[in-house]
Amino acid sequence: MSHDTTRDVPAAGVSETGNQRPVPFRGGGFVHRSLGPVAPIVFLVILAIWELGSRSGFISAIALPAPSEAFGALVDLFQTGMLWKHLGASLYRLIVGWTLGSLLGIAVGLFIGLFSLARAGLLPLVSALFPVPKIALLPLFIIWFGIGEGSKVATILFGTFFPTVIATYGGVDNVDRNLIRMGQSFGLSWLSIVRKIIVPGAMPAILSGFRISASIAIVLLVAAEMIGAEFGVGAYILMAGALFALDQLIAGVALLSVIGLIIAWLIGKLEKRLLSWRT
Amino acid sequence: MQLLLRNITHHYGGRTVLDDISLTVDDGEIVCIVGPSGCGKSTLLRIAGGLEKPDQGQALLSGPAPEGSLNPLTYIFQDFALLPWRSVEGNVSLVLEDHGIAAAERKAIIADVLARTNLSDFAKALPRQLSGGMKQRVAIARALAVKPAIMLMDEPLSALDSQTRELLMDDLVALWTRERFSACYVTHNLNEAVRLGSRIIVLSRRPGRIRDVVEIDMPLAERADRLAELEPLQRRVWEIMREEAREADREISDVA
Ligand SMILES: Nc1ncnc2c1ncn2[C@@H]1O[C@H](COP(=O)(O)OP(=O)(O)OP(=O)(O)O)[C@@H](O)[C@H]1O
Ligand SMILES: [Mg+2]
Repeated sequence: MSHDTTRDVPAAGVSETGNQRPVPFRGGGFVHRSLGPVAPIVFLVILAIWELGSRSGFISAIALPAPSEAFGALVDLFQTGMLWKHLGASLYRLIVGWTLGSLLGIAVGLFIGLFSLARAGLLPLVSALFPVPKIALLPLFIIWFGIGEGSKVATILFGTFFPTVIATYGGVDNVDRNLIRMGQSFGLSWLSIVRKIIVPGAMPAILSGFRISASIAIVLLVAAEMIGAEFGVGAYILMAGALFALDQLIAGVALLSVIGLIIAWLIGKLEKRLLSWRT
Repeated sequence: MQLLLRNITHHYGGRTVLDDISLTVDDGEIVCIVGPSGCGKSTLLRIAGGLEKPDQGQALLSGPAPEGSLNPLTYIFQDFALLPWRSVEGNVSLVLEDHGIAAAERKAIIADVLARTNLSDFAKALPRQLSGGMKQRVAIARALAVKPAIMLMDEPLSALDSQTRELLMDDLVALWTRERFSACYVTHNLNEAVRLGSRIIVLSRRPGRIRDVVEIDMPLAERADRLAELEPLQRRVWEIMREEAREADREISDVA
């Protein structure tokens, strides 16, 4: 019977053999779908396991406080009103340092990308200074910019400056030469070519540079607040560490993570807006 | 306006690419340039458009640019060269923005050239949403917006499939019949050359020299219907090209 049904199918010149099977599927993958709830679920599961471990005594309270204790410390911070003081001081340093560092970095990166002389003169300098740990230069920054906000902002500024330079000039180098030639062939001015062709073309690289420099800025925030900071999330963490108040330490670290998450989310939004033209 | 190339010779790192090329593109004339791969056609076109300086010889313009021409020598590129972050109208707008044209007038020009290339419905589309043929039509619209006197076209249809190429060729013929632009048209495709060229210049293998010039007097608009008469011409050009290719082949085996 099955023989008869297959006969009915008008197959073009297919010789029939009994053994038919589907072509094995080998496509798919390498494409990202947005899976909304996955991230919060991962977070909650880890927190739940951690909490359970602490409650059951599997994780010793001396080694790691329970998430609920850290949360308690956070609530404390909120109720005393210190949360906003610490957050405000840190966000101010982050925003000022990162903004100035990024703007300077983009400017210098464009120079290196556009002018041979700047490339010859500045690129070795950037390569030489990028790997220097900015934390090691903290005493210098304090002498140069004072013990107050200046040295803290400067640390973050220098830390974000170099990766931005490198991302920007790499982006400029990657702009399709043919588009630039097109601009020249239509007689666009030099400034128009830079503004309308080179900068938008380098934007994907600049934005992925932002992701890296924002994380570096948060890392350096704690370092910058090590010395002479009364307020700030970094200062709070260091104080808690010195007192071995582990619940406060974890609460402070969680605050930094939240800042990191929010920044990543903001940059993601920015990418969606500025790079919607990408395939 | 006339474009004159006088004794153009050009080298890249000691290797001669173009050797003493002279040619003229007259008003309202489409000159096709064919030749084996690597013989310097694109280089010649870059020199003609002032994007590169020849080692010897000159590229000259004679006669006044037509009234209102913003960019007398205008390119059309093989890979379209559209800005992927600008919409169709944004891409056309790009080449008008540097000329101090009032926004309203600019809008009018954009609407006009998009209508002439049947793209009005796609004004807001991004290049990635368009097929290859439509992208090239956007590039043609962009070129029309600056009222060119002479179009420099480097294999404008090579990236397209043969049906789209056929359609765009008809569009170009219709456009030429209306506006009588002059063009220097580089191509690999001899069919394009005999359909569009009033003159076909055949270059030799590298170093590029003018190997032969074939004149075709048949009016452009009639050519689609009289393909059979063009066939012998196409064959003749093909024979010359084949000889060149064969000799180039032999040369390489001599070196080895
Ligand atoms: N900027 C450059 N620097 C060095 N050599 C180049 C450069 N541009 C082109 N050449 C060389 O010059 C020769 C001619 O190149 P060109 O692109 O003009 O040839 P073409 O006739 O347009 O070739 P095709 O038909 O493949 O497009 C080639 O051998 C190429 O390698
Ligand atoms: Mg070429």
